[in-house]
Amino acid sequence: MPDGGKKLPGTYLSDKDLRALPGLVEHTPEAKYMFSAGQAQSRFLQGLREGRILGVRCPRCGRVYVPPRSYCEYCFAPTGEWVEVSGEGEVHTAVVSYISTFRERMEKPEIIAVVRLYAPGYSGKGDEYEFPGMFHKLCGVSEEDVMTGRVIGMKVRPRWRPPEERIGSVTDLECFEPVKS
Amino acid sequence: MVSRPNIHVKSKVAVVGAGITLFRRRMLETPRELAWEAAKQALDSAGLTIRDIDCVVIGSAPDAFDGVHMKGEYLADGSGGLFKPTVRVYVGGGTGVFVPIAAWWHVASGLCRTVLAVAEEKMSPARPHPQGVFAYIWDPVLERPLGPNLLWIFALEMRRYMHKCNASKETIALVSVKNKRNALDHPAAQAAANITVEDVLNSEVLVWPVNRLDVSPVSDGAAALVLASENEARRITDSPVWIEGVGWTLDNTHWYNRELGYPRYVQYAARMAYKMAAIERPWRDIDFAEPYDPFDYKELHHIEGLMLARPCEAPKLLEEGWFDRSGELPTSPSGGLLGVGNPIAAAGLMKAAELFWQLRYEAGARQVKKPVHRGVAQAWGDLMQAGTVVVMGN
Repeated sequence: MPDGGKKLPGTYLSDKDLRALPGLVEHTPEAKYMFSAGQAQSRFLQGLREGRILGVRCPRCGRVYVPPRSYCEYCFAPTGEWVEVSGEGEVHTAVVSYISTFRERMEKPEIIAVVRLYAPGYSGKGDEYEFPGMFHKLCGVSEEDVMTGRVIGMKVRPRWRPPEERIGSVTDLECFEPVKS
Repeated sequence: MVSRPNIHVKSKVAVVGAGITLFRRRMLETPRELAWEAAKQALDSAGLTIRDIDCVVIGSAPDAFDGVHMKGEYLADGSGGLFKPTVRVYVGGGTGVFVPIAAWWHVASGLCRTVLAVAEEKMSPARPHPQGVFAYIWDPVLERPLGPNLLWIFALEMRRYMHKCNASKETIALVSVKNKRNALDHPAAQAAANITVEDVLNSEVLVWPVNRLDVSPVSDGAAALVLASENEARRITDSPVWIEGVGWTLDNTHWYNRELGYPRYVQYAARMAYKMAAIERPWRDIDFAEPYDPFDYKELHHIEGLMLARPCEAPKLLEEGWFDRSGELPTSPSGGLLGVGNPIAAAGLMKAAELFWQLRYEAGARQVKKPVHRGVAQAWGDLMQAGTVVVMGN
């Protein structure tokens, strides 16, 4: 380490200092994209529009992928056998977000979760590490449910938007909500 | 018993010099000026000039932070890379430790005798907040329509870890307290402080369970190392620090399809590095560690991934002071990202540089209490998928 007495290089600026700098350049890049969803995901999104959650099974190792991929990452073989899952599953983890994408404070917090989906015939080969699952919002649970941990392991199912509002997007699924027993 | 190294090398590789700039929220210097400051200092510390350098490795995280869409080329001159074999590497937050790994194979292969390894990040240009730039790492089809914030994924992982390991926010906050305190002795530090667990718990809640003081700050900064082959290293210095093992792996981007409570990709990377270093019991053979700590729980998560503690054992050891600078296995004696700051690629390389300084007994007030022979540095990156590990010894 450079000895304590010697100051390291680098000049701190406050935001005010920065704005007062001569030659400060401001620039906003303009870029717009249109992403194709690809072979497997296009069919998945079509399924969501119909209120169904589709996955694929690898014919070699039996892994069920939700969301689907057109190849098995482990066997490196084509998948192609489509399966429909019920959409029911359990909450793997959940959090409460108070900030937006751009870190602004949100008026109403959102509850975000990873849901481990029940997939019939899923042969995880005892490997609990991987599972078919989705990342989405949770509704019908409170912030307290998240903080106390009540929500983890809770059985949930999809809440769909009305058919006429669905556009073939992950947002056609409005959120996951608790299954009332 | 010594296990066989899993790789053939033409030369052993040593670190012979290191340099670093201040880490700050916002700096006057351009990215290439920051790179130059760190690179020059690393060369000076080794008693070398740029003419002594055969090859250059540059590391920098997403182009969108600095706002220049070819950062390797842009940084090349400030990094001493002109008219030399020069390459830029990038694996998200794992980049900083991937830089010495890439520099290692340049030398170990016999292709270069000396390598200048430079990592730079300037996050401050992104407006209104660098958080927004992270919006573009998400999958465009499956994730972006949900309007995610990068903190979500960490909060989800932290929540899972808390549940799986029955770890409280109070215990996890001790990592932030320890690292910010350690950083008081680091001359580059941006977020050094004497804080308490209550300060962490009372700071702004961003995405529960993540509060403001559970997270490392946004930073500008650069760091650099000089690596050399065994012959060169022995000419350059009496106290080279040897790179004994390197390892890296990527998991897939489908982070919602796996157990978030344990970082498998870090364990795989660590196994590769330990095998190369002939380490069979890392929890005993490693004297100190610099696990990646962009969030406080991440240090515990990574300590377990590095097999320095059993799964879910790290919180208990932390409470017992095991990971303090005077403890059995000091972790982040530098102060880590939580204390020194997090200019992404430079922060990871700062951790590798800390191994160098500690193993040369040059860390001053930061020097860990116990004698040190071997340390491990690790970084993590992308969508919970990249693990990069380097083991050094003296």
